[in-house]
Amino acid sequence: MKTIQKLLLGLGAGLLLVGCGNNSNDNSSGAMASSNAEQVYVAPGEHDEFYAFMSGGYSGNLTVYGLPSGRMFKEIPVFSQFPTNGYGYSEETKAMLNTSFGFIPWGDSHHPDISQTNGELDGRWIFINENNTPRIARISLTTFETDEIIEIPNSAGNHASSFVTENTEYIVAGTRFAVPNPQKDMPIDDMKGKFKGPLSFISIDQETGRMNLDFQLNMPGFNYDLAHPGRDKSHGWFFFTSYNTEEAHSMLEVNASQNDKDFIAAVNWQKIAEYVENGGGKKVAGTYAHNVFDESTMTATTEMKEGVISVDPREVEGAVFYMPVPKSPHGVDVDPSGQYIIGNGKLSTQLSVYSFEKMMKAIEDKDYDGDAYGIPILSFESVLEGVVDSGGLGPLHTEFDGKGNGYTTFFISSEVVKWKIGTWEVLDRKPTYYSVGHLMIPGGNSRKPYGKYMVSLNKITKDRYLPVGPELEHSAQLYDISGDKMKLIYDFPTHGEPHYAAGIPADKIKSQSKKYYELEENNHEYAVKNEANTRVERNGNEVHVYATTVRSHFAPDNIEGIKVGDKVYFHITNLEQDFDVPHGFAMIGANTSEILIMPGQTKTIVWEPKREGVWPFYCTDFCSALHQEMQGYVRVSAKNSNTKLRWKLDEDWNE
Amino acid sequence: MKTASITMIIGSALLFGLFLYPLWSISLEAPQYPSGIGMYINLDGLEGHEKHDIQNIDGLNHYIGMRKLPKDDEMWEFSVFPKVVGGMAILGIIIGILGFFKKISYNWFLGWLILMLVLGVLGMIDFNNWMTDYGTNLDPKAIMKMTDDEGNPLSYKPPLFGSKDILNFTAHSYPALGAILMGAGMFLTFVAYIIGLKKTK
Repeated sequence: MKTIQKLLLGLGAGLLLVGCGNNSNDNSSGAMASSNAEQVYVAPGEHDEFYAFMSGGYSGNLTVYGLPSGRMFKEIPVFSQFPTNGYGYSEETKAMLNTSFGFIPWGDSHHPDISQTNGELDGRWIFINENNTPRIARISLTTFETDEIIEIPNSAGNHASSFVTENTEYIVAGTRFAVPNPQKDMPIDDMKGKFKGPLSFISIDQETGRMNLDFQLNMPGFNYDLAHPGRDKSHGWFFFTSYNTEEAHSMLEVNASQNDKDFIAAVNWQKIAEYVENGGGKKVAGTYAHNVFDESTMTATTEMKEGVISVDPREVEGAVFYMPVPKSPHGVDVDPSGQYIIGNGKLSTQLSVYSFEKMMKAIEDKDYDGDAYGIPILSFESVLEGVVDSGGLGPLHTEFDGKGNGYTTFFISSEVVKWKIGTWEVLDRKPTYYSVGHLMIPGGNSRKPYGKYMVSLNKITKDRYLPVGPELEHSAQLYDISGDKMKLIYDFPTHGEPHYAAGIPADKIKSQSKKYYELEENNHEYAVKNEANTRVERNGNEVHVYATTVRSHFAPDNIEGIKVGDKVYFHITNLEQDFDVPHGFAMIGANTSEILIMPGQTKTIVWEPKREGVWPFYCTDFCSALHQEMQGYVRVSAKNSNTKLRWKLDEDWNE
Repeated sequence: MKTASITMIIGSALLFGLFLYPLWSISLEAPQYPSGIGMYINLDGLEGHEKHDIQNIDGLNHYIGMRKLPKDDEMWEFSVFPKVVGGMAILGIIIGILGFFKKISYNWFLGWLILMLVLGVLGMIDFNNWMTDYGTNLDPKAIMKMTDDEGNPLSYKPPLFGSKDILNFTAHSYPALGAILMGAGMFLTFVAYIIGLKKTK
C-alpha cells in the first residue's frame, strides 16, 4: 500500500516538473557524462577560468566560487558576524555592523555587482545590498574583504539593489516595502497614497570607491523589486520594476496580484543628478550609519549621518516615467546593447520586451496612458517591442550571452529558456533542479557578457545531494552555453541562499589579489612591529596587551598581574611577511570569537576574566610544525591582590 | 695593440656589472613554496628574491638552529668587496688605456688577470668558509636536532655551486648575472693578452 502511494506521489511530482516544457535528454550517464566531466574538471593545482561571487542570502555574506569546477574558495563576511575570523567581534570590525538602529549582527545579502568602466567589468570592487535593514557594502577585490557599508535611510526592503551604472557612477537602492516617509506612527489601513517607495542613488568616488548617498527619488508607495541600469545607448537611465501598485498592506499574495499590469519605472538619473547638482531637491530627515574600514589603520569607524536630499519625481521634467508590465514583474534586465528592456512578469508565461527607442519616442510624443500620482504612464502598445512566449511559467530573471541571445529563468516550471533577441523566438529550454531564481552569466550586467557558462541558482534542493536532515544548502547547476543548445554539465551546492551572483574572468583580477599586508604599512594604533616593543599596559581596570605572533610563539607568552574584573584587550600583530601564514588567537572563557590575524595585520579581541587562576591561550590556526607549542598563560589574581603586572617571553620578566 | 687594449678596457669595465647585478643566487625549492624562496648575494649585502625572503629564510632556519642571515653591516666583506672589485676594474681600465698609448706591454694584461684570479679564489674560499660556519655552527637549543646515519649533526651548508637536497628543500646555488659578466670580462682580458701576444709576434 505504502509503496503504491509513494509511486503515485512520485509520478505526480514528475508530471508537475515535466508539465511545462519538453524535458530534454538526460545527459547524466554514458559517454555524454564523461565529456561533461572533462569540461568541469580542473586538474589538481590548476585554476578555474572564472570567479563567481555568490550572494550568501540569509547568511549575510558573499561566497567566492570557481567556474567551471564549482569549488568554493572563500566566504567573505559582509553583513553578519563571522566568528571564523572575528569579523564583527574584533574591536576593529565591530563598527562595520553599526546602523541607526544600533549594532546588528546579521543581514540578508542579495545582489552582488562588480564595478564597471565603459560598460565592462573592471574588477575594482564588488558591491552587495542588504535587504532587511537597508544597506550596501563595498568589497575590495584586492583583499576580498568588506571595506565599507552605508545604510540607506527612509527605505525598507532594499531589494532593487546594488546594481552599478556602466562607469560605476552610481549604485542604486530601491524600496521593496513601501513605508511612511518620513516614518511616523499612523494606522496601517491608511497606507494607500501615504506610503512611499524612495529610490536611492549612491555615487561612487572613482579613486577610493567611497559611497555617498547623493539623492533619494521619493516615488509613490509601490514595491520596487529589482533594477538594472541602461547601457550604451540607454546609458543615463535606470529601470526599476514594481509590484503591488494596488498598494495592499495585508494578504499581499492575493491583494497585490489583482492589477493586470504593474510598472517598470524608467528613471533618467543623469537628469536628476544634474538637477540635484544645481540645488534641486530638498534636504529631509534621515539618519544613517556610514561605516568605513581603513586598510591602513585596519580599523573601521562609524560616522552617523543626518539628512538626505529628497527629489519629488514630478518636479524634474522628463525624468521619470512608468511603463506598464503585465502580471507583477520581478526582474528587469537590459540587453548588452542597451536597446531592449526585458520585463519578467512573474505570474505570467510571457516576457514583455520594451524598446528604448520606442520609449524615447513615446516620451517625446507624450504618448501617455494616464498617470500614477502625477508620474506619466507611457502607453503600453507604443513602448512594447515584442513578447517572448515560451509557455514556461513564472519568469523571473534574464541574462545575455553577448551573442544575441537571452536566457530567462522560470521559477514555477523550473527551467531556463533560451531565446533570440530581435525575433523573440524560443531556441532551447532546459530543466533546473529545482525552482530556479536568478541565473548568472559572467558579465551578465554589462555590455560585454562572457557567454561560455551559465549558472542557475535554485531555491529548492530536495534530493540533489546526500540527505542531511530538513535544512539544506541551495543547489546550483552549471550549463555550457557555448553551443546552440544549453548543456547541463555540473551541479553543486551553494552556501546560504544565493540570490544573484556576479562572475568575472579570473585573469581580470587574480593577479591583483593581495598575498599579505606589509608590516611597514600597518598604521594600526596598537600595532607592534617587533618583539622588543611588546608590552602590557594597565590603565585603571583596562589592560592593553601589545603582542606579536611569529612561527611558533606569542610575545609575550606569560602575563601576570591581571585581575578579576579587568577588561583585557589583546592587540595581536602577526609579524609574518609571507603568503598564507596566518596565526589565530583564542582565550579560554572569552565571551567572544577567536581572531585570525593575517601576515602584517593587527587585530584586537577583548577578554574579561571572571575567575582567579592561570589561564591558557593558544594559536587556533595550524601555522607550523610547532603549532601545538604556540600557547601561553595569563595569571589572574583577585580583584584586590598586589600581584605585579609583568610579562615575558622565554627567560626574563619585564615590568 | 689597439684592439687588444680596447678589449682589455671592455673586459675590466664589465666588472662594474657587479654593482648593478647580483654575484650569486641561492634558491630553495619545496612544494609549499610554489613560487620559490631565495636570496641574491650582492657585492654589498644580501637581498631576497622577493621583498621578505630573507626574513622568511631566517624564519625557516630558526627551527634547525641556524643563525640569522647577516645584515649588510655585519660582515666586513660587504664593505671591502665593492672596493676591491671597483679598484680592479679601474686598474684594468688604466692598464688598457696605457696599453692603447703604448706606454706598457700586453704582459700587464696577464698580470692583471692573474691578480684578479688570485683575489677571486680568495673570495670563494672566504665565501665557502662563511657558508660552512653558517650551515654547521648551530644553536645548541635548536628546535630540531637532525643527525646523519652516524649520529653527527647534519650540515645545512648550501652548496657553493650546484644543487643539493637539505631536509624538505632542494637548494640551488649558481652564479647570477653580475658574476657571469665578471667571468666574461676576465675572459676578455685573457683574449686581450692573446691578441697582444700575436700582434707583437
